[in-house]
Amino acid sequence: MMKLTKLDKEILNLLQGNLQLEPRPFQLIGKQLGLSEEQVISRLQQLKAGGYIRKIGAFFNSDKLGYQGTLVALRVKPELMEETAIFINQFPGITHNYQREGRYNLWFTLITPNERLRQDILTQIRQLPGVEDAMDLSARRKYKINVQFNLR
Amino acid sequence: MEITELDKKIVRAMQDELPLVAEPFKLIAEEIDSTEEEVLARLRLMKEDGALRKMGAVLRHREVGFRANALGVWVVPEERMDQVAEIMCSHMAVTHCYDRNVMPDWPYNFYTMIHGTSREDCQQIAQDLAKETGISQYELLYTGREWKKTSMKYFV
Repeated sequence: MMKLTKLDKEILNLLQGNLQLEPRPFQLIGKQLGLSEEQVISRLQQLKAGGYIRKIGAFFNSDKLGYQGTLVALRVKPELMEETAIFINQFPGITHNYQREGRYNLWFTLITPNERLRQDILTQIRQLPGVEDAMDLSARRKYKINVQFNLR
Repeated sequence: MEITELDKKIVRAMQDELPLVAEPFKLIAEEIDSTEEEVLARLRLMKEDGALRKMGAVLRHREVGFRANALGVWVVPEERMDQVAEIMCSHMAVTHCYDRNVMPDWPYNFYTMIHGTSREDCQQIAQDLAKETGISQYELLYTGREWKKTSMKYFV
């Protein structure tokens, strides 16, 4: 894996903040760093190919688009973990599905356009042979969502 | 704001990767038979309204050096919620802060995603947060295998 240069870190720190909603957003990033638009774009392509960037683009707020999200914690029999995780992964509205240490060992996020679909998916999951317990931990309030790392 | 049919088209076209070209919004506009001006105007409105949370990059945290992360779950008294949330949210290592429902045998009502360079680092951050907020009842649930990690596809 290539090593991040100081300039790469500067580009990534800026880009994690905000890409301007302007016709030439990469030119604006370049201006702040003394680079040309082409230099910024080509470096970003390399950083993406290098596996440092998960996504450059738009991140939407599901609530505001009329969807509802929740976090679900499961207690799964360890010997049935893999098949349980794979079953859960099939639903497009399940965006994150992680094993965690602790009493509840599998945690997933579910985003659905309506309550019926959400209940239908949760019912199917609760009935899985590997699932011993499930907690639907809906949010009452979201205080912060900002995945940003300060690279030095 | 009301989400229009045009907004839905924009969301569909924009929810994957932004093309790495000089004029990405023009390209998106062409895909959906709209104009760059119109696409940018709707996106600015969505940004202002909060429907567009962020336009920018999200990094692969492990690859850029943040190798450990844990879901911190805390018991925060209702009357202190806003104040505690403000302190926790102000830390850059904390990327998500949610107030959530409690369950009969699960007293935790406040959730923070904590990213660190190592487990010890996460532990230290949590200890600092506990000290700063005075919230002493918490657990760190370290992330193990990631079975799935994607972005939601809306209006498909």
